[in-house]
Amino acid sequence: MKTKKINFSLIFAHVLLVILSFMCLFFFYILFVNATRSHADLQKGFAALPGKYMIENFIKVANDGTIPMIKGVRNSLIISSACALLCTYFSALTAYGLYAYEFKLKKIAFTFIMAILVMPTQVTAMGFLRLITKLGLYNTFWPLIIPSIASPAVFYFMYSYMQSSLPLSLVEAARIDGAGEFRTFNTIVMPIMKPAVAVQAIFTFVGSWNNYFVPALVLQDKGKMTVPVLIATLRGADFKSFDSGKIYMTILVAIVPIVIVYVLLSKYIIAGITLGGVKE
Amino acid sequence: MNKKKSISYAKWGYIFILPFFISFFIFSLIPLADTIRLSFYEYYRATLKIVGPNYVGFQNYKELLSSDMLVYAKNTAILWIIGFIPQIVIALLLASWFADIRMKIRGAQVFKVIIYLPNIIMASAFAMLFFTLFSTNGPVNSILLQMGVVTKAIDFMGTPFGVRSLVATMNFLMWFGNSTIMLMAAIMGISPDVVEAAEIDGCNGYKRFFYITLPMIRPILTYSLIVSMIGGLQMFDVPQILTNGQGNPDRTTMTLIMFLNKHLRANNYGMAGALSVYLFIVSGILCFIVYKITMDDDKTGTKAEEKAKKKREKERLKQMKKEGK
Repeated sequence: MKTKKINFSLIFAHVLLVILSFMCLFFFYILFVNATRSHADLQKGFAALPGKYMIENFIKVANDGTIPMIKGVRNSLIISSACALLCTYFSALTAYGLYAYEFKLKKIAFTFIMAILVMPTQVTAMGFLRLITKLGLYNTFWPLIIPSIASPAVFYFMYSYMQSSLPLSLVEAARIDGAGEFRTFNTIVMPIMKPAVAVQAIFTFVGSWNNYFVPALVLQDKGKMTVPVLIATLRGADFKSFDSGKIYMTILVAIVPIVIVYVLLSKYIIAGITLGGVKE
Repeated sequence: MNKKKSISYAKWGYIFILPFFISFFIFSLIPLADTIRLSFYEYYRATLKIVGPNYVGFQNYKELLSSDMLVYAKNTAILWIIGFIPQIVIALLLASWFADIRMKIRGAQVFKVIIYLPNIIMASAFAMLFFTLFSTNGPVNSILLQMGVVTKAIDFMGTPFGVRSLVATMNFLMWFGNSTIMLMAAIMGISPDVVEAAEIDGCNGYKRFFYITLPMIRPILTYSLIVSMIGGLQMFDVPQILTNGQGNPDRTTMTLIMFLNKHLRANNYGMAGALSVYLFIVSGILCFIVYKITMDDDKTGTKAEEKAKKKREKERLKQMKKEGK
């Protein structure tokens, strides 16, 4: 009786999982198929198998002057990589400062960061825009990169990781060996933090790559726009006159780099999701 | 000696946390102060000339309340709820299966990778994809027509129900994998002793779920709820791209951040400021709850136990005091 019950729920679990997986993959499969078909083919209706126009569609996207996707991918790569680098390094540095040292304002600083852990950036967007305009940083990459130094969530992740994997005796030992504080951080702490840095670098990169709200307000030149801003331009354009194969290819170009990163690193990403959350 | 040492190292603590706080001060605090300040001014651009800034007190706040802000707040709430409910139900179900060692799910890792995939996809590209897929002459309609499910193409983008469903579906797809994995970790963190003890007492599958699993993961469930609420409050990319910033049809899918975005683009500093402050207050309350949960260093997983511990401690102190007397 008992085994029968378990079997039934096991079947149900698999059926539901297959349905959900199908839902997750179906839309991307259509995207892929449609990106490989010509406009004329697409007008005829749906097809389950890919066509032969993939290269042709890609060339059309690459040569489009109104929506410069290749430049967009380059811009997004620059901004996201810089964000991932700055964010992980300075978050680890901040976490180390609060973890390894005793000082008067330590508790206040920690409490403050924890209080703004999940504060949305949108609420300060207006002041932010006015400020960067005054600083002459409007329509540049800098306002999208530098603020990533202060990322409370990444800080918290690094801090938790240090609590579990960085014994302070190690730091003491380095001090006895005469290493300076910065050198200790760079040559001893950072290598130990590598797994945490890697996971957070991936998440920061993906977050920055997908970020739309702020870049859309800051970047005005077509040549400087990131991928999500260009996608919005595509949506705003009179796309009825567009080659629909090209539209699908544009969307495909926007998501493929991240999907590749994801497939290669999925093991670490899945394991990393829970590390930063509440440990219970 | 020891004290002297710690003093000499203290300065490094300050140096190491300085970049974070400088960056936060410049790019978040100054903008926040500026936003709050301008919320009390009449300050906007009317076609060519700039009106203001003139101090008007709380007029912007009052004006927002009588404008469509509350309607947009309602839209945002609806869009969030109809995405969140299926998300948390499915996530709980999947998480309890994944975490159950006796449920031998084949290819569990592959399933996890697949269900998390939509989360890393660019929301704006995903919305653009849905827009093309669900347009009247798009692939979804042609599949339905070819299969004979419908006789006339469905205009998904033409009805509030259609657009809201699309937004909710996207939010669901993007977040249920994430919730599943978070909840799974929480369930796996439940002490095996507790589960074993319950089983000895004759606690079967359903009972175990409702009387052991659910109460034990309550803190992380609350955390997920609040974080999701904050995410919902920030909802922008999906409805913005899907409806091209219009919140069609008839602004039924216009969210608060889309409204803010509109004011920002129109250089309505006063109104954008007041709206930001409203959002700041709401997210501040939510942030406080998250702070409470995160800082609650409760290893056993239930707040009740923590409270009981404190109570016991208090009683013990009382006892000691009495004895002292």
